[in-house]
Amino acid sequence: MAEVNILVCVKRAADVTGEVVLTADGTALDGRYSGYAMSGHETAAVEIAVSLVEQHGGSVTVLTLGDEDAVEQLRDALAVGADDAVHIEADSSAYGPADVAAAIAEVVRARADAGTAYDLVLVGNDAADTGNFQVGIRLAYLLDRPVVAGVQSAEVADGTATLHVGSAEGTETYEVALPAVATVLEGGVDPRYPNIRGRMRAKKAPVETVTAGVEPKGGRTLGLSLPPPAPTQVTVLGEGPGAAPAVVDVLRKIGVLS
Amino acid sequence: MAELPDRASVVVIGAGIVGNSLVHHLAELGWTDIVQLDKGPLPNPGGSTGHASNFIFPVDHNREIAEITLDSMRQYKEMGVFTESGGIEVARTEERMEELRRRMSSSRARGVESRMVTPQEVAEMVPFLEPSVIVGGFYTPSVGVVDSLRAGTIMRERAMARNALTVVANVEVTDLLVEDGHVRGVETTGGTIHADTVVIACGVWSPRLAQMAGAHIPLTPAVHQMISVGPCTALAEKPGEISFPIIRDMDTFCYERQHGSDMEVGSYGHRAILHDVDEIPSNEQAKLSPTEMPFTSDDFDPQLEQALELMPELLGDEKAEMRYAINGLLSLTPDGFPIVGETPEVKGLWSAAAIWIKEGPGMGRAIAEWMTHGQPEIDLHQSDVSRFHPHQRTRAHVRSRAGEGFIKTYGIVHPGEQWSGSRPVRLAPMHASQKELGAVFFEASGWERPQWYESNAPLVEKFGDAVMPREHEWDSRWWSPIINAEHLQMREAGGIVDLTAFVVFDVLGPQALEAVDRVIVANADVPVGKVLYTPVLDERGVFRSDLTVMRLAHDHFRVVTGSSHGMQDLKWWTDRMPEGAVCVDVTSAVSTVGLWGPQAAAVLGSLTAADVSPGAFAFGTCRQIEIGNLPVLASRISYVGEHGWELHVPMEMGAALWDRLLEAGRPLGVVPVGIGVYTTTGRMEKGYRAYGTELDADRTPAEAGMARARLKDADFIGKEALVAQGADAPRAVLCTLTVDDHTSTSGTKRYMLGGEPILTRDGGELVDGHGNHAYVTSAASAPSLGRHVLMAYLPPDQASVGNELAVSYMEELYPVTVGSVDATPLFDPENTRLKGRY
Amino acid sequence: MSNAVLVLIEPDEGRVHLVSREALTFARQLGGEVHALMLGTVDEAVLADCREQGVAVVHEAQAAGGELDAYSAAAWATALEQALEGAGAATVLAGGTERGTEVLAHVAARRDLPMAANVLAVTSTEPLEVERQVAGGAVLERMRLDATPAVLTMAGHAVEAVAAASPGAAEHRTFEARVTPADLRARVQRVQARGGGDSSAALSAARVVVGAGRGAGSADGFADVDALAQRLGGAVGVSRAVTSLGWRPHHEQVGQTGSRIAPDVYIACGISGAIQHWAGVSSSKTIIAINTDADAPMMTKADYAVVGDMHEVLPAILEELDRA
Repeated sequence: MAEVNILVCVKRAADVTGEVVLTADGTALDGRYSGYAMSGHETAAVEIAVSLVEQHGGSVTVLTLGDEDAVEQLRDALAVGADDAVHIEADSSAYGPADVAAAIAEVVRARADAGTAYDLVLVGNDAADTGNFQVGIRLAYLLDRPVVAGVQSAEVADGTATLHVGSAEGTETYEVALPAVATVLEGGVDPRYPNIRGRMRAKKAPVETVTAGVEPKGGRTLGLSLPPPAPTQVTVLGEGPGAAPAVVDVLRKIGVLS
Repeated sequence: MAELPDRASVVVIGAGIVGNSLVHHLAELGWTDIVQLDKGPLPNPGGSTGHASNFIFPVDHNREIAEITLDSMRQYKEMGVFTESGGIEVARTEERMEELRRRMSSSRARGVESRMVTPQEVAEMVPFLEPSVIVGGFYTPSVGVVDSLRAGTIMRERAMARNALTVVANVEVTDLLVEDGHVRGVETTGGTIHADTVVIACGVWSPRLAQMAGAHIPLTPAVHQMISVGPCTALAEKPGEISFPIIRDMDTFCYERQHGSDMEVGSYGHRAILHDVDEIPSNEQAKLSPTEMPFTSDDFDPQLEQALELMPELLGDEKAEMRYAINGLLSLTPDGFPIVGETPEVKGLWSAAAIWIKEGPGMGRAIAEWMTHGQPEIDLHQSDVSRFHPHQRTRAHVRSRAGEGFIKTYGIVHPGEQWSGSRPVRLAPMHASQKELGAVFFEASGWERPQWYESNAPLVEKFGDAVMPREHEWDSRWWSPIINAEHLQMREAGGIVDLTAFVVFDVLGPQALEAVDRVIVANADVPVGKVLYTPVLDERGVFRSDLTVMRLAHDHFRVVTGSSHGMQDLKWWTDRMPEGAVCVDVTSAVSTVGLWGPQAAAVLGSLTAADVSPGAFAFGTCRQIEIGNLPVLASRISYVGEHGWELHVPMEMGAALWDRLLEAGRPLGVVPVGIGVYTTTGRMEKGYRAYGTELDADRTPAEAGMARARLKDADFIGKEALVAQGADAPRAVLCTLTVDDHTSTSGTKRYMLGGEPILTRDGGELVDGHGNHAYVTSAASAPSLGRHVLMAYLPPDQASVGNELAVSYMEELYPVTVGSVDATPLFDPENTRLKGRY
Repeated sequence: MSNAVLVLIEPDEGRVHLVSREALTFARQLGGEVHALMLGTVDEAVLADCREQGVAVVHEAQAAGGELDAYSAAAWATALEQALEGAGAATVLAGGTERGTEVLAHVAARRDLPMAANVLAVTSTEPLEVERQVAGGAVLERMRLDATPAVLTMAGHAVEAVAAASPGAAEHRTFEARVTPADLRARVQRVQARGGGDSSAALSAARVVVGAGRGAGSADGFADVDALAQRLGGAVGVSRAVTSLGWRPHHEQVGQTGSRIAPDVYIACGISGAIQHWAGVSSSKTIIAINTDADAPMMTKADYAVVGDMHEVLPAILEELDRA
């Protein structure tokens, strides 16, 4: 099988693992306590891309649209095996999902003109902060490529990508001709963490900075707010050995007793 | 969850290593009804303890920290949570090797077993370390790691087993209740607790808690970056937590500490990243814990590269992943010391903050003793919360100094090293003149004090080799031969010294005499116009201070003390004022200039109509005189062994006084001299002791050679203990020694700077009756003797004049001889000069 | 164009899927005529549900060539666009399932329309403004949706599916979907049903993890833990304290510096729940904590808690399992 060139699109967003904090003006998530990161979906996308290129050769380019701080997320991807990076320097808050897709499509075309045709473009299933679920699909239409959403693992062979999507029934498999677009959902692969040598490489890896040629039409956000906290509820099953029947009831209820 | 009681004998806020140690020791000392609170869950409520690297290196240049650390290690071992791993500080440069040799000195000075090791020896102990990167190492076998969370649980449980403690987690303190300057309770999210004693053991949050009561705990949260790399193949085969010595890569400010199959790399080499208390997230907001902030990898990358150089195979293992990386928050203080003790602002409110894992249990014990007995067994004057002058409590000062101090965590810090930030703050009225004279300013408690004057450089030529020049850069750093030239000029003609930095306070009121008499050892019931130099002791008969007291009126005494310890003196005195006497701080109202030397009387005589001849103005007296239109309080005492005066004037007249003295002194060869003469050469030749080096709460007057033939009739603090001590021979004796030969093996003459171990001529250890190893408390040139002199407490059987011993400096032995075994000065032993007889 | 609302509905075990019925209920609140679209056979049960939900017209898309037999989002989008024309709808709506979101995103992309995913409520109709969930439900966003047709998907269980005051006609209309070859470039080829429990499951993939911490007491204190893991076909995971003490191998460590797990159930025995441990287990669907200390973080964060010594509770559970 020929080599495969993959573009992975990631987004710097406030990590929302802990309690979410909004900026003072209420228009964005604030990551000062939790930090900023690419989403779990995008981390999985990077892992899928890097694994495929390890198997087949080729290259992984990682792309982001954001301010200069977003380079940190590019370095994170470079540290785990991406080969180079594209930084579309822009205020991501001014970009709606259609604008982001257009900006990415521009880079894909420019790179193709420059000799790197991306066989596969991976994006996260949905952004960690804005949750629009659209960039990958809009991008596919702009590039006139097939798109599969919710991909959890992938293989490529003979110009075809075999993409696996988890569903309630089991695993659905798509076979699509390359070039294609996929939106990745976390959970299907175990993303690697960076090692120190990777981190060193990432520092020196090339990052191309470009400006977006599209005039963003913007999103339609009017403001953010926090929902009232859900009360945490612990059910005490009992004390000592006497609680055993209640534990077994729970195990049965959640279906782990066959 | 335990119920929140509405009353407690003491509320300890915080359940990190400090709060846990404290409740344990309070319970051991008999306290009951202790309530311990934390806003987080147990056993890891989310403070700095939870992410500590938990290793302990027992060697520290500072004695106070070293003793606390050794006590902590004993306690951790007793709890069964200490694992000895050994530790190696490695050097990549020759300059660092010198620092490691200095650490050997500190090691020997505390009796800790350590040795210098070659790169090969390091590689044998730590096979994954690349020996070609380093020049050598300093190995301490007793280094180890502790489980600080487990220790905390054990200590809480011990206090609970005594039925002395109620622990309430997940409760946040919202306010501290203060009435008439005394803490009365704590308001929390779980209700109010009434208590007359409250301890803030809240680590990085402590400033906020103190502020609730109007007090200050001047520390700042600062980032210490740490990553965990693993699993490393080389470590995975080894069972348990740690099987290789911990490495401190001193030149890159990094450490590498094995943790199971992971290697933790921590750094003090990145830029100082300071936070404000209000920027720390809550437990809910935090992704990990409040003090494990998001990692900023850009700051750490250079450190990674250096760590990789040192351990290329282990850390370069492609399978070893960076899974955990944090910007961990810890507490930094402006001077690097912990902040403990009762706050000077609020009675009953105690601080137990800025304490590291290595100090936790030792500090817990010491603070509990302090709260119980009025003082801790181990002297803690450098960590005392009351040490801060007002400007040192400001946010700007704390951040400036903490930022500057961060890099010193692993830095090579010269004992004379000056801070560069947060200056200038306090300027003496004659500052402009001093600047014109080319003063080289050192900082003392915010004051800019001339250490020497470049205008005196010609004197170096005048005195030639008598200025005892120093060949080695380290020995001469933060030093100048001009100091010694000024010294010689002072002995020849006279010197004028700016002493504006003194802390000065008045004791006033109908009960002033009784108040002073109770605090000081000397008899305060003296005629108005007497000046007393006196120790101040605590109940155990050990030093709290030494200072001078002038009786200015029947109901008015003026206390003059040094700037570095002055704020603690002020609190000590204020706390002990009876009804009818008050302490009033007049530091900022009084400027003091010293005038001493053979021509001092001539200079002063030329400026005043008063009779200032030795016969008319007796030693140990003070009086108001007129220097032209300046009203001056002249006090005839001396810390340099010459005839002369401290001249006190209102602050705004300080510059005028200074100018007149300089002018009158000039034709007589009397020159301005720096504080280098005053605090080192002048006093050391005269055998005068200094608080903080020779004198502290570990020393008795008898040991310091300052015992009195008879004690005054009046009762005073420490009297009972002094009487009891009188029956016993002292367990150590403060001696002055001279260095007989300075020549090192390389031929360079070396000059000790203080802190070095004193050994027998053949390098044997000297241990006194306290179990302490002999070390140099102060070192200085004695230009009038042409000798380098050292002070050290020696075992009594070694304290005989003429005894030949050795001092270890940079791992070489130099011969020394005991010159004095009591306060007898080596220079002018009859004190004829002091008496004005030249 | 009318103010009709077209709702993409999906089947579930012979009925209209609960989230689709929720979407129908929501659609009624928008005020227009409610149309439903089903890709595949509309039977009487589906019509009954639609009538109950007040649906006026139920559109059924058929493809004679079998183009709709296997799921293809693009093909569904083509059918949806046809139904949209047929209904003259001003709003197109789906339940927030993976398919509903995907198909509507295709429609939005094709027509260059904005789309709002995970909508909870309409906060204004002129102009249309909605409140929706972002950041995994942790944040609410107010969003303007000022294009026609408005494209939106519902957040799961944002409204309760309730019957309409008066049943709808649920007129059944069938149409032939004009699926193009391009629509079929990405199409489900095969479905592999979920496998049964694998007893030797790796820690990170295990459906059941029995965790043990310092409460195990010693290296010999894991017999019951091992037995329970084996009995439930799960894996054993331990806290950092346990590996640090050398009681268990490092590859069993769970937490920030060990494996991160997301089992159906995590049974944490004698683990206090240090934050670093929690970071590795918090994705578990159900957590049962067993600890002597009722205040331990693991006990206060778990779904179920048993206050007691793991060495007493675990044998009792094993016994109970044998009896059951």
